[in-house]
Amino acid sequence: MNDNPLVPLFGYFALLSLFAVGGANAAIPEMHRIAVDVMHWMNDRQFADSFAIAQISPGPNIIIVTLIGYHVAGLAGAAVATVAMCGPTCVFAFLVARTWDHFKEARWRIAIQAGLVPVSLGLIAASAFVLARSADHNIYAALITAVTAIVAFATRINPLWLFAVGGVLGLSGWL
Amino acid sequence: MSDSVAPPRSVVIRPSLLELFRAFAVVSVSGFGGALPWARRMIVDQRGWMTAEEFNEAFALSQFLPGPNVVNFSVVFGSRFGGAAGAAVALAGLMGPPLIIVTILAFLYAQFGELELLGRILAGITAAAVGLLIAVVAKMAAPLFRKRWDWAPLIAIAAFVGVAIIQWPLPLVFVVLAPISIALAWMRR
Repeated sequence: MNDNPLVPLFGYFALLSLFAVGGANAAIPEMHRIAVDVMHWMNDRQFADSFAIAQISPGPNIIIVTLIGYHVAGLAGAAVATVAMCGPTCVFAFLVARTWDHFKEARWRIAIQAGLVPVSLGLIAASAFVLARSADHNIYAALITAVTAIVAFATRINPLWLFAVGGVLGLSGWL
Repeated sequence: MSDSVAPPRSVVIRPSLLELFRAFAVVSVSGFGGALPWARRMIVDQRGWMTAEEFNEAFALSQFLPGPNVVNFSVVFGSRFGGAAGAAVALAGLMGPPLIIVTILAFLYAQFGELELLGRILAGITAAAVGLLIAVVAKMAAPLFRKRWDWAPLIAIAAFVGVAIIQWPLPLVFVVLAPISIALAWMRR
């Protein structure tokens, strides 16, 4: 019973989902902490790879939990992790959606919305930091990160092009 | 107060459950690097299921809820048109195709993940993806540090330090900071 990895997989992701204001990008450090540091499900590189695969896949980036789940326990793990990460928040969203419109102008609602923005910003910044630490282990990787950040900030280019350039540079053996 | 009876909604085309499913399935596979622009195009511009204002309102709610914005949005949108069934169908459309694709990728990675070549490509993509994330942070931070309420940058920095540097669990950081931040936002207004 205690050995079944599906139990912590479900428990951790279900709990995490309720605090992931800002979506997958805000939850990355906690996923990394659990999957790599606490549970030792995967190593640093495998985590960074999962992040990359989730980024280049179509659909919501939260799908990284499907990859982690698959890595831990195959198809069952993928299913459990995905349901745990999406289930509780979807039920919550459904319940809130039915009442929210009544409170459109309420002061407490505006305060909640404004108050959560900086928290979620800090969490996403933490994600970037944690990922940079696992991904940029030499000067060239750090350069790719820096240039991509500047280009993505200054232009409205489709991110797939940036990923393609990164992939080609990686393939060419720079990293 | 503003709790009056909701005015009759303007002309809306009500999608069927099948249409809901198909629409979100199309959005999910088109949505590289964020499905939002695609969802907006489909719902507002192409099908006329919502006005631009309704879309913004529904999306603001999705952003504030925990979990991925687009996933929340599919539930909020689906439930508006088809109750629980609508929410389930929209969610299934949004998650179904990507789940199949990513499961195949996970299988391939399990088989070939140790390959030197693949590792190098993924390392390059990760480096670029981190850059993209930094750009997102910069775009979000710009308005926050310029105006708004003066405490906001401090809250953002505290969340960053708590999670990234001290490496506290996210739920802990959230439970401490979110109430403080909301209270400060409340007093500010």
